[in-house]
Amino acid sequence: MSTTSLTTANPESPSPPPVFLPSRRDRILGRVQNQGAIAVLVLVVVIASIVSPGFASGANVLSILVGNAYPALLALGMTFVIISGGIDLSVGSVFALGGVLASYGSLHGGFIVALLLPIAVCGLIGLAQGLMVARAGMAPFIVTLAGMLFARGLLQAISNEGQNTYQVPDSSIFNKLGQGSWPPIITVAVFFVLGGILLARSRFGHNLFAVGGNENAATLMGVAVARTKIWVYVLSATLAGLAGLLNASRLGSGVTAIGVGYELTAIAVTVIGGTLLSGGAGSVIGTTAGVLLLAVIQNLIGQYISQYGSSASMAVNGAFLAVVVLLQTYLSRARRIT
Amino acid sequence: MTETVPGPDAGTPLLDVAGVGKSFPGVHALREVSLALRPGRVHALVGENGAGKSTLIKVVTGVYRPDGGRITLGGNEVSFDTPLDAQHAGISTIYQEVNLVPLMSVARNLFLGREPRRFGLVDVRAMNAKAAKILADYGVDIGVSGVARPLGSLGLGAQQMVAIARAIQLEARVVIMDEPTSSLERREVLTLFEVIRRLRDADIAVLYVSHRLDELYTICDDVTVLRDGAVVHTGELAELDRLRLVSLMLGRDMAQVRREGVTAFGDHDADEAVEPVLVAKDLTVTPKVSGVSLSIRPGEVLGLGGLLGSGRSETAKAIAGGLKRDSGTVTVGGKRLRRGTSAEAVRAGVVMLPEDRKAEGLIPSLSVRQNIVLAALPRLSRLGLVSTAKQDEIVDYFMKRLKIKASSPDQKISELSGGNQQKVLLARWLCLRPKVLLLDEPTRGIDVGAKAEVQKLVDEFAEEGLGVLLISSELEELIEGSDRVVVLRDGAAVAELSGDQVNEPELLRALASEPAEGETDE
Amino acid sequence: MSDVALARGGVDRARLLAWLRDYGVYAAIVLLVAIATILNPGFLSGSNLRVQAFQLVPTLLVSLGMAMVIATEGVDLSVGAVIALAASLVPLYLGYNAYIAIAVCLVGGVVAGAISGLMVAVAKVQPIVATLALMIGLRGVAVIFNGNQAKPVADPTFNAIGIDSVGGIPIMLIVAIVAVLIVLFVMRRSTFGRQLVAVGDNRAASTLAGLPVRRVLLTVYIVSGVLAALAGVLLVGHGAEADPANQGLNIELSAITAVVVGGTPLTGGRIRVLGTVAGAVFMQLLSATLIQHNVRNSFAQMAEAVIICLAVYAARDRSGR
Repeated sequence: MSTTSLTTANPESPSPPPVFLPSRRDRILGRVQNQGAIAVLVLVVVIASIVSPGFASGANVLSILVGNAYPALLALGMTFVIISGGIDLSVGSVFALGGVLASYGSLHGGFIVALLLPIAVCGLIGLAQGLMVARAGMAPFIVTLAGMLFARGLLQAISNEGQNTYQVPDSSIFNKLGQGSWPPIITVAVFFVLGGILLARSRFGHNLFAVGGNENAATLMGVAVARTKIWVYVLSATLAGLAGLLNASRLGSGVTAIGVGYELTAIAVTVIGGTLLSGGAGSVIGTTAGVLLLAVIQNLIGQYISQYGSSASMAVNGAFLAVVVLLQTYLSRARRIT
Repeated sequence: MTETVPGPDAGTPLLDVAGVGKSFPGVHALREVSLALRPGRVHALVGENGAGKSTLIKVVTGVYRPDGGRITLGGNEVSFDTPLDAQHAGISTIYQEVNLVPLMSVARNLFLGREPRRFGLVDVRAMNAKAAKILADYGVDIGVSGVARPLGSLGLGAQQMVAIARAIQLEARVVIMDEPTSSLERREVLTLFEVIRRLRDADIAVLYVSHRLDELYTICDDVTVLRDGAVVHTGELAELDRLRLVSLMLGRDMAQVRREGVTAFGDHDADEAVEPVLVAKDLTVTPKVSGVSLSIRPGEVLGLGGLLGSGRSETAKAIAGGLKRDSGTVTVGGKRLRRGTSAEAVRAGVVMLPEDRKAEGLIPSLSVRQNIVLAALPRLSRLGLVSTAKQDEIVDYFMKRLKIKASSPDQKISELSGGNQQKVLLARWLCLRPKVLLLDEPTRGIDVGAKAEVQKLVDEFAEEGLGVLLISSELEELIEGSDRVVVLRDGAAVAELSGDQVNEPELLRALASEPAEGETDE
Repeated sequence: MSDVALARGGVDRARLLAWLRDYGVYAAIVLLVAIATILNPGFLSGSNLRVQAFQLVPTLLVSLGMAMVIATEGVDLSVGAVIALAASLVPLYLGYNAYIAIAVCLVGGVVAGAISGLMVAVAKVQPIVATLALMIGLRGVAVIFNGNQAKPVADPTFNAIGIDSVGGIPIMLIVAIVAVLIVLFVMRRSTFGRQLVAVGDNRAASTLAGLPVRRVLLTVYIVSGVLAALAGVLLVGHGAEADPANQGLNIELSAITAVVVGGTPLTGGRIRVLGTVAGAVFMQLLSATLIQHNVRNSFAQMAEAVIICLAVYAARDRSGR
C-alpha cells in the first residue's frame, strides 16, 4: 500500500485539529535557552566597548581571538560529547599529549609524522574511551577521568617525565603551520563551520541528538546508538589532539605542562553556550558564543584586575557555569520539555 | 457500528500469530495464543493487568522471542530479533508513552533515519516542508515554522500524532497501538480515530489496545480477549455486549476454579455514625484524575473500583502525596494536608502500599529488618542513633504477626518471595500505627497462601480501627474486602455502592456502564 | 545438560565477580604487600609505613566523604577545590590562633558542601555538574585569596598536627582513624546512615516512605565538604605551606578510585566504608611500591588509569536497575 491514499483527508472529518502550539511564554523561554549566550555576548561587548576604549581596538580583538583559538577546538568536540549525553574530561590531557607527540614527530620523522602521529594516538584513546562507554556501559565521567590520567601519563613517559621539551626544528614546515595571527583564527573557524554542518545537517548529527535526547527511543527509531557514541568520543579526542598539534606548531615546541584544567573550561563554555548537560540539545553557534563570551570576560579581567588574572577568570567561569546550569534546569522545567 | 463491515473471515490474515507461547522463570506469560489481524480492520486486544497483552505485543514486535508457535506476516513466516527488524518488515508500534525525542524538532523526529538529502547533507528546508505537509494530513497543522520547533513543545496529543505519522511513513502494513489515548484529550482522541479510519481505508491492519470500552466500541471491528496469558474469546466486537466483554476480561465464569471458594476477608461493618478519618475533596491530577471525592471512616474498608486506566492508582497517590495534586483537598482527622508531600502524609498517618513494589516500595539492598523500620526510624532513634532493642522488638513482633518467612531479619529483602516482600512493606507501614492505609493491588503477583494471609491481615487491622482504601482488579477481592465501593471511570467517580449493593452484578454494571452523555459515535 | 552446566557456569562467574567486587581489594593488598616485601624487605619497616601513612591520610578522608556521596548515586568533583580553599584560608586566619584557622577552614568546607548540596537536593541539578561548577570556581577563589605563590606556614601548633606523633602514631593518622570510626558508626547505627543508603538505592520508594530525601542529600554534600576541608588543613600542616594552586589537584580522581576499588558501586545504594579505606590504602601502596622500584611516575599513572577502568568494569551494576 502507499501512503498517498492516506493523504486524501476525509472531507467529512468532524474533529478540529488537536494542535497546541507552544505558548508565547514557552517560545520566549526556549529562545533564552538557545540563544541566551549570544545575547549576553553582544551585551558584554557593547558595554565593554563603551566603558573601555581600548577594548574594541583591532589589536585587542585579534589577541582575544588568537589567544583562544586552539583550545576552542576542545569545546567543539565537547559540544558533540555533551549532546550525546556524555562528558569528556580527558581533553585537556589529550591536548597536551597531541602537542608533545607532534613536536616529537617533527623532530624524529618530519612533517607527515608530526601530523599523523598525534591524530592516530589521540584517536585511539578516544576509541578506547568510546568502547568503554558505549559497549561496556561504564559511566563516561569515570572513563574519561581515567583517560585524562592515562594521556597525561603517556605524555610524561614520552617526554622523560616532562623533562624533555621537544623543540620543533626551525627548518620544519610543521613550524609554519600555526604562525601568524590569521591562520589560527581561520583554521579554527573552518573547523567550527564544518562541525556546525556536521551537527546540524548530517545524519550523524541527527542521530546524535536522538541518542542524547532519548536513548530508548533512538534505539527503537533505528539509530545505531553504540556506534554513534563511539564516534563521538573518537571525534572529541581527535579534535583535542589536533588542537594540541596546532598549538605546538605555533609555540614551536611540545610544552608538557599545558592543558591542565582545559577540559573544565571547555565544558563551561559549552554549557554556557546553551548545550544541555543532560544531552539532546545544543549548537555549535552557541558554543562559539560561549567561547567568545568567556574570552572577552577574561580579557576584561586582565585589563582591570590583572594581578588576579587567570584565577579570577576561573572563579568567574565557575560562577557563570553554576548560574547557567541553574537557569537551564529552571528553563527546562518551566517549558516542561523533558 | 452503523456501517456494514465484512465479517472476520473476509480476507486472509495479514499478520497471523498461531499458538504462541512465552514463559519467564516461574510465569507462563502466554499459552498457545493465536491472533489474526486482517487488512483494513481494527482489532481490539483487551485484558486486565497481567493478562499478557504487553507480552504478546512484545513477541510480535521482536522485543521477546516466543518459546513456541508461529508468526506469519503476509503469508511468510517471520522471526524478529529486534524491534527494528519488525519495523523493517512493516510492523510499526505506537507506544503508550510517546517514544520520540522531545528535544528534537518535530520534522527531525518524523524523518530520523530517512532524511531527505542534497549533496550528502540533510536538506532541512525540504524536510520541514514535507513534514508540515504530512502532519497537516494528521490534523497537526502547524506549518513549516511549527515543525522546526522541538517536539516537546507540542501538546501530548500532537506528539502522539507525530509518532503515528512516523510509524505509518515507515511503509507500515500493520500498526500496533498500545493504549494510544491514555494521555490524550477528548478532541485529540477524535482525530486519532479519524486517522485510524483512514488506516483502515488504506487496508492497513490495526491492533488497538485500550481499556476504555467506549473507544473500543467506537473504532474496533474485531476483538480478542486475553486472560492469564490465554485467549478466552475472539470474534467480532459488535456481537459482544459490554457486560459480556467485561465479565470475559475479569474471568467471572472461571472464578470458581481459580480462587477455590471465597477470599479470606470477613464481614465487618463500620459504624456509620463515626466521623471519617480521611476526607478527600475534588482531587484533580490532570489528565488522570478529575474531581474525585471520597471519605473513609475508621475501621472501614473503602474499595476503589474501575477498570485499568480509570485513575484508581493516581487517586490513591494523590492522597498519599506521591503525585502532585493540581487541585482538591485532603483532610486527615480534621487537619488539612497542605504541602501535598509524602513526608507530610506519612506524618499525618496516611500511608500507601504502592502497586509497583519493586520501583516504589523495596529498598533492595537493605535487609528485611531495615526495610521494616525504614519509615519508623525517627521514632526508634534518640539523637539520631537507632535503638537496636526497640527496633528488634518491633521487627520481631511484625515478622511473627505477619508470618514473614525469611531466614533471618538480616536477609536481604530482594531474596524474599513476592508475598513476603509485600508483607514486609505492610509491616513498614503498620509499625507506624497509621490512621489510613491505602492499598494498591495488595495481592498482585503473590501466591495464593500469602494472598489469603494479606487479606486476613487487612481485615484484622481494619477491625482495630484502621481506615483502609483498597484498590483491586480482582472482583471478589474488591467485593468481599470492601464495605463500600467507589467506582471510577476516566478519572471521575461514576458510582458508589454500599451495603447490599456491594455485589458482583452491581459492580459489573457500574464498570460496564455507558457514559451518561451521548459520547459514542453510535 | 549443557544448559544446566552453562547456567551454573554463569552463576559461578557472577558470584566470582561479586566476590571480587567486595573482597578483591583486601586480597590485592595482601598480594601487593607480599610482593613488595619480597622485593624490598624494608617495605614493612616502621619508617616506611609512617611515610605511607602521611601520604595516605588526606586521600582517605576525602574518600570517606566521596563514598557517602556516591552511595546516594551522586559524585563530588569539588573536593580538590575545597582543599585549595582550606589551604588559602589557613594563612589568612593563622594570625589569630591555629584553632580559629582550623575552624574557619571547616566552615569553608560546610559552605562549599552546602552550595553543591543545595544545587543537587533542591534545584535538582545533576551532581556531576553542580560539583563541577564548584571545582572550577572554588580553586580560582582560593588563588585569589592566597595569590599564585605558595605561602609558608610556620605555626608550631598548626604544623604539629601534620607532623607530630602521639605514642608513635602520627596525629594525622589518629585523625583519620577517628574519622573512619565515626563514619562507620554513623553508617551502621544511625538513622541518617540508613536513610542515606535507602535514598541512593531507590529514591522513589524513599520519597513515598516519607524519608527526608532533600535533607539527606544536603547533609551528605556538607559532610563531604567538611572532610575535604579537614584534609586540606592536614595537607597544609604537614607540608608547612599553603599552595592553593596545587594542593588537592586530582584528589577527586584518587578518591573516586578508592571508593570504586573498595566495592561501592557508582550506581549508589550501597556503601563499604572499610572497603573504601582498603581501596585508598591499596592505591597508596601501589604507587609507593612502583615508585620505590624506580618504575617511572608516568607508567604508574597509566597503571592507575587501567586499574580504575577494571574496577569500574567489575563493579558495573548488572542487575539492570
